[in-house]
Amino acid sequence: MAVQREATTGQMPTKPAPWNDPRIRSLFIQAVTIVVIVGFIAYIAHNTASNLARQGIAGGFDFLNYTAGFGISFSLIPYSEVSTYGNALLTGLLNTFLVAICGIVLATIVGFVVGLARLSSNFLVAKLAYAYVEMLRNIPLLLQLIFWYVVVLSALPTPRESLSFLDAFFLNNRGLTVPRPILEDGIGFLVVGVVIAIAAVVFMTRWAKRRRDATGQPFPTVLASLAVLVLVPIAAFLVSGAPLEFEIPTASRFRLDGGLNLVPEFVALLFGLSLYTGAFIAEIVRAGILSVGKGQVEAASALGLKPGQTSRLVVIPQALRVIVPPLTSQYLNLTKNSSLAVAIGYPDLVSVGGTVLNQTGQAIEVVTIWMIVYVSLSLLTSLFMNWYNRKIALVER
Amino acid sequence: MATQTENIPFNAGDSLPPPAATTGVVGWVRQNLFSSPFNALLTLAALYLLWLTVPPALNWLIFDATFTGDTPEACAATTGACWSYVNARAGQIFFGFYPPDERWRILVALIILVAAFVPFFVRTFEAKLSYAVGLLIVYPIIAYILFAGGAFGLEAVPTRDWGGLFLTLVIAGVGITASLPLGILLALGRRSEMPVVRILCVTFIELVRGVPLITVLFMASVMLPLFLPPGVNFDKLLRALVGFSLFSAAYMAEVVRGGLQAMPKGQYEAASALGLSYWQSMGLIILPQALRMVIPGIVNTFIGLFKDTTLVIIIGLFDFLNATQSGTNDANWIGRSMEAYAFAAMIYWVFCFAMSRYSIHLENKLNRGRQH
Repeated sequence: MAVQREATTGQMPTKPAPWNDPRIRSLFIQAVTIVVIVGFIAYIAHNTASNLARQGIAGGFDFLNYTAGFGISFSLIPYSEVSTYGNALLTGLLNTFLVAICGIVLATIVGFVVGLARLSSNFLVAKLAYAYVEMLRNIPLLLQLIFWYVVVLSALPTPRESLSFLDAFFLNNRGLTVPRPILEDGIGFLVVGVVIAIAAVVFMTRWAKRRRDATGQPFPTVLASLAVLVLVPIAAFLVSGAPLEFEIPTASRFRLDGGLNLVPEFVALLFGLSLYTGAFIAEIVRAGILSVGKGQVEAASALGLKPGQTSRLVVIPQALRVIVPPLTSQYLNLTKNSSLAVAIGYPDLVSVGGTVLNQTGQAIEVVTIWMIVYVSLSLLTSLFMNWYNRKIALVER
Repeated sequence: MATQTENIPFNAGDSLPPPAATTGVVGWVRQNLFSSPFNALLTLAALYLLWLTVPPALNWLIFDATFTGDTPEACAATTGACWSYVNARAGQIFFGFYPPDERWRILVALIILVAAFVPFFVRTFEAKLSYAVGLLIVYPIIAYILFAGGAFGLEAVPTRDWGGLFLTLVIAGVGITASLPLGILLALGRRSEMPVVRILCVTFIELVRGVPLITVLFMASVMLPLFLPPGVNFDKLLRALVGFSLFSAAYMAEVVRGGLQAMPKGQYEAASALGLSYWQSMGLIILPQALRMVIPGIVNTFIGLFKDTTLVIIIGLFDFLNATQSGTNDANWIGRSMEAYAFAAMIYWVFCFAMSRYSIHLENKLNRGRQH
């Protein structure tokens, strides 16, 4: 560069003063930033170390092996007061996963139904969906959760007079009682069956696409995949001697026996999270479908596609391109919002972690565990999103 | 034109009026509610749902409700809502434990704020930007002196006495004013050409956005004291405010980044062709356009922030929601939690809905500007 400039202008450019040379200035700024940050961290670390030493708290994760000594109202794994802090945190983590997964499924259903209802040609249905969205998303989630927990669940009948559904699901002010799955030996066959079914579907989809590209012959991929996904695991299940049974709760005079009791805190959190997130998903779905131009639908029907084919082959694939990225971040939001559990006493990771933190004073370790769990969840989500985006992105030539 | 129409022979009696079933109320009902059997079914279901929910709700909220009085006895005969609860608790709901004799200070600060906003609506006022920056610097000082007191002969009111809607608005206001500039800096840092600055900003944004707000608040309330030298004590409210502002700054940064990415490269090139420095080109060319583009996103972040202020309950601050519901523990008002939550929900709803309408209004206005 310098040589070229010399040649064209015929004279040496005046060398800029060091503080005016962008390269030197940028190096200087970065060096100062590093020094400030490192100094700041060192200062904080020094303060923290001396504060912890003064309070007599030893750092490190040894505390995970100590006996916790507190009870947890709802647990998917065996847990009692003599379990360790590590077990308590694991219980909380599983509780977070349970409510997040159930919430994501429910919120997606609510969101798609309400989102489609907002586009309905039926005036009343569209306006009702609009009212739902505007009401739910403009009221703080915490208020809604407390409302479900305090007002609605306490207004439910006592276990004696539970609302029952199919004589297997019972709802009362002690929560929701559902059939409890009992796993027996041979359940591995079912897992193998599911894996085989998924592999078969992947293989079939690829084959169907190749054949369609080559011959133009359509293949009912969706129906066939559904059939494979349902039939193969059922076959595996029956072959291995039906190793899964359900313990159906039975109503006696004063209480419910058996079954899996989901505590009121879980029910309130699940309801609140799904209805709230559903309102946001509804808007995403609506925007996605509206983003597909009217001309696309007209072109599809001009080609002679039936309405069902139009939405399956033309509208939905293009709408999903717009829907999936924000939908994924709503799932992430729901998972993070499940931490509001602490306000109504559902023992999720943050709530249990808070108790552990108060008992042991291991603030740094507990916060680190929170960070690792939630940040890795969101990194996994964004990895998935980027992969999916690349896969479905519009290929422009 | 008039002569032309006269030339065309036209006899109104020749054509039939449109069928009654496609015009007027009947036509509308037919088209929008009963266009097909399925639609008719949906309409009936919706009507049934409305009939199930709306009359009981209205009865409870308004027709059977008691609005007067501020004692539990006033509601003895009511089957509807007992708004006397809100009357009785109004002081705490709006001001927390702020001394009643000093509450005028909050109102004065509010009046000053409203008055200070008037110039923004004066069309001939040119220096809006510098006025806004000045306001941003001066108003917090005035407000702080008024709220906290301890100077100019005002009685000192410690922040632990702050509460109610007042506290909620303070948290939201500080969060909003701190997160916007911080978010802009983080967004610029994320697009910086200096790797050290970029990595720092990316790490901060992704870490903060990856965790729930509650854990950030826990961190602010539990870990901040650990980070400080012994003896230095941070006010509890200040700790919450720091956590809050950092959290929303990370979200704001992503919104602003969207605007920066949407700017055509030519704008950056034109700015440097004019010989503007980095800060000049950002401040005069890029940011004004980029921010205008993402106003809806910014307002949405504000709405989220306003709703999230409720989480300070968890670290023990007496915000609006906390103040409204805490009175239901009072033995006299047992069983009035429905009123408390309904009232709180209405207030939050009004604030958030107004903000979202304003954002839609701005979006339309800006779109109109871009169309011609």
